[in-house]
Amino acid sequence: MATTIKPSATPNAQKGVDRRGFLRVSAIAGGGLLIASYAEDLEAATSAFGMRADYTPNAFIRITPDNVITIISKNPEIGQGVKTHLTMIIAEELDVEWKAVRIEQGDHNPAAYGGQGAGGSTATPQNWDLLRRVGAYGRSLMVESAAQTWGVPAAEVTTGAGNAYHRASNRTATYGQLADKAATLVPATPLTIQQFQALNIPLKDPKDYKIIGTKVPGVDTRKIVTGQPLFGIDFTMPGMLSAAYVKCPVFGGKVVSANLDVIKAEPGVRHAFVLDAGPAARDQLHSGVAILADTWWQANAARRKLVVQWDEGSGATHTSAQYTAKAAELGKAAPMRNLRKDGDADATIAGATKKVEAAYYVPLISHAPLEPQNTTALFKDGKLELWSATQQPAGGRALVVSTLGIKTEDITLHIMRSGGGFGRRLTNDYMVEAAAIAKQVPGVPVKLIWTREDDIQHDFYRPPQWHHLSGAVDANGRVVAWKNHYVAFGTPNSTQPNVFFGNSSGISAAEFPARFVRNFQLDGSVIETHVPLGALRAPGSNGIAYATQCFIDELAQAAGKDPIQFRYDLLSQYQADAPPAAPAGAAGGGRGGAPGGGGPQFSAERMRGVLELVAEKSGWGKTRLPQGTGMGVGFHYSHLGHFAVVVQVTVSKAGAIKVDKAWCAGDIGSQVINVLHAENQTQGGVLDGIAEALSQEITVDRGRVVQTNFNNFQLLRMRQSCPVEVHFLKTNNSPTGLGEPMLPPAVAATVNAVFAATGKRIRSLPLSKHDLKWT
Amino acid sequence: MPVSFKLNGKAVTVDVTADTPLLWVLRDTLDYKGTKFGCGVGQCGACTVQRNGTAVRSCQLRVGTLEGADIKTIEGLSPDGTHAVQRAWEELDVPQCGYCQAGQIMSAAALIERNANPTDADIDTAMNGNICRCATYHRIRAAIKRAGEIKRGVGVTPNSSRSGAPGADADAAASGAPKSLFTSAR
Repeated sequence: MATTIKPSATPNAQKGVDRRGFLRVSAIAGGGLLIASYAEDLEAATSAFGMRADYTPNAFIRITPDNVITIISKNPEIGQGVKTHLTMIIAEELDVEWKAVRIEQGDHNPAAYGGQGAGGSTATPQNWDLLRRVGAYGRSLMVESAAQTWGVPAAEVTTGAGNAYHRASNRTATYGQLADKAATLVPATPLTIQQFQALNIPLKDPKDYKIIGTKVPGVDTRKIVTGQPLFGIDFTMPGMLSAAYVKCPVFGGKVVSANLDVIKAEPGVRHAFVLDAGPAARDQLHSGVAILADTWWQANAARRKLVVQWDEGSGATHTSAQYTAKAAELGKAAPMRNLRKDGDADATIAGATKKVEAAYYVPLISHAPLEPQNTTALFKDGKLELWSATQQPAGGRALVVSTLGIKTEDITLHIMRSGGGFGRRLTNDYMVEAAAIAKQVPGVPVKLIWTREDDIQHDFYRPPQWHHLSGAVDANGRVVAWKNHYVAFGTPNSTQPNVFFGNSSGISAAEFPARFVRNFQLDGSVIETHVPLGALRAPGSNGIAYATQCFIDELAQAAGKDPIQFRYDLLSQYQADAPPAAPAGAAGGGRGGAPGGGGPQFSAERMRGVLELVAEKSGWGKTRLPQGTGMGVGFHYSHLGHFAVVVQVTVSKAGAIKVDKAWCAGDIGSQVINVLHAENQTQGGVLDGIAEALSQEITVDRGRVVQTNFNNFQLLRMRQSCPVEVHFLKTNNSPTGLGEPMLPPAVAATVNAVFAATGKRIRSLPLSKHDLKWT
Repeated sequence: MPVSFKLNGKAVTVDVTADTPLLWVLRDTLDYKGTKFGCGVGQCGACTVQRNGTAVRSCQLRVGTLEGADIKTIEGLSPDGTHAVQRAWEELDVPQCGYCQAGQIMSAAALIERNANPTDADIDTAMNGNICRCATYHRIRAAIKRAGEIKRGVGVTPNSSRSGAPGADADAAASGAPKSLFTSAR
């Protein structure tokens, strides 16, 4: 699990050098070669939606004389497949056989690896170019070593399958045999990124790829199917205690007193104590009661006898109904902020004959990754060691430092495989809880495991969104005006810029159809809440696409046009100048026009491409569907990906909904790296969107979450699942990520399909709340 | 009071409180970490094991009721990961995060044992209690059908399932989609 070899014999002494150096090659004691690339700046700026942009490109290759080639996978694996596909990129350019490569998970070690994180579908766009060059650099060292060893020109040396060849003299050497020689060839000081780029190392022609673009099974699949310990929750060590941590059901509530003496007398219980809230309690360490026992079941059994007097605090009066009423009131009032105004939407709508007005709503929902939150912590001799399934290890360590006053250099953090992330493990509250508990019992390893109820009731929820939309079409069926007063959770009078407006549900001033409608107005208002909020897979987009793409269908109906033809027309309409593109790889949600969003902007041409493809593959408009069955469409641009989804549903006369099938077309550029996982990930993302539309909702009453477990917070099940056809449109653009962008259009397509099947416009989610009966 | 039962073919005796769920006896007392905790209320199926060949939720099974029972976990499904269901799962590369898959496999193995040629409806019924948060259902369904084939000796050549990348046929079965995922921009 842990890496065994450090990047340098004296990493601390050379820290300053490490931070400036981009790529260093060094000999390994005992033989072999180590190639490590580093982040340029470890203190990278915060990205657009509040995540640290700490996933700078990086790589780590080890070649030993026994011809073992190891590639360290530095980023957390949460099911998105990075442990396989990022290492594939290096292996390709290094020119080794995939089956001969060993993959190891790196610990959290910014000094060695630079940034390590999982979020924002950023791994591919940020690593594609550099990992290829790092692999190619390794290959070039092997070529040079072979040339010098054999006394032949480097130009005559070829490589393949982890060997160097000199055909003319019929000589072959394995990379392992060349590793010691290669270690002597390189400059003693690390190369800066500028020096590295100046080498201009040639890359393979994609037509020669043997690994990239093929179907490669996950590197951990065998371990998974044989049940080997792999996840954070599986970690164990001698003398370990298991912990439960009980927090106030009302967010922000505090322990006044608890019957600790009773709890301490329960079987197996070793400790029970109260922890105070951390200095910034809301998103961090909450006040609560820790119960430590020999086994987790004993801690959990004792918990049932726990009686706590809580100070529930000011949040105890909040309810979902209040939020909804407040949003409706704000929607009618003058907005707090104007985010964009082109032309005159109000006057155009007032003067139009075909106009539509509608309010759309998406609720709070929970992430619910299947592995409950957990972390193992050991505090000993002033040093803290952590084993944690986290999407953002750097953020977790920083949180432990700021909350508990332990120094950064005294913390070792092992990154464990996560049983799902979906954005939940970007927040490390469970990690700091485990650390705080362990700090109370020095020398004793403690594994904290949350119950599912803890998870559903103490999430950082996907915030609700309220869209107050109006629009108009002209006599030719063209959209001439679009207006939205967007209401989200946030802080009134904040100085947050007009970028990603709203807490974890940010809307952009360039949000589609901005630039495509001459009279366009986007306003924003916010509601304060005590509910913890966070990024859920395709944050912002997962609700914005629903409101936008369903309202487009309403306008299409007003115009008397087919929904897809109407979209083609909209995409070919007036286009205001696109805002300047941010530098590629700048992270963030990557939606059109957001400064810092990074990479290419929303492209009407690329979106038209995927829309045409999904129309063709789904047979849109080609077959007459029976009453009660209908197809719906949606498209969305986020995370640098252009995606269009068609969903077909059948609704029984009694109102029971069955999703029959979905078709997804995506443009993520010129290359899909791991075809096998890309299809799986895309199918899962589309189904995740369908699941959000069907049945997911979290409600708040008396300041606490009403739902408790999977009986009342519904995840998708086998019977509700449907086939998802996946198609990628290859375009001449740099490859981008697949964690998120297929999800948002699937939500809209599902709800538009319900309209096609039943004639019912569903303007608030989930569908399960609505009566879909038809006659 | 000590309870003795058979675990993956071996006799074990544990002495824990009788109401302790089998799940936590497996994970904490016997250090079998393959069986997963997901919900604790029998809703998600991550903790599925087999009792006398039937798929059961180990979070709902009190150890005190297990005297003499025959329990099988993912670790005991086969000595070397070559059970038909495990082979099919590997061929089709079913997992994303992988956390639910031990439970899925144990439910699927119980289904295949009694019905090696299940229909979609059979699969819906047998698997509806196993949640996959990553929604790999498409591949789970295809892998169950493939496991049935392997069990029936269809399309099995020596080592065919251990070659790494899945074959084109298996992939087509997994996706239900045309073999090529790609279209070039016009």
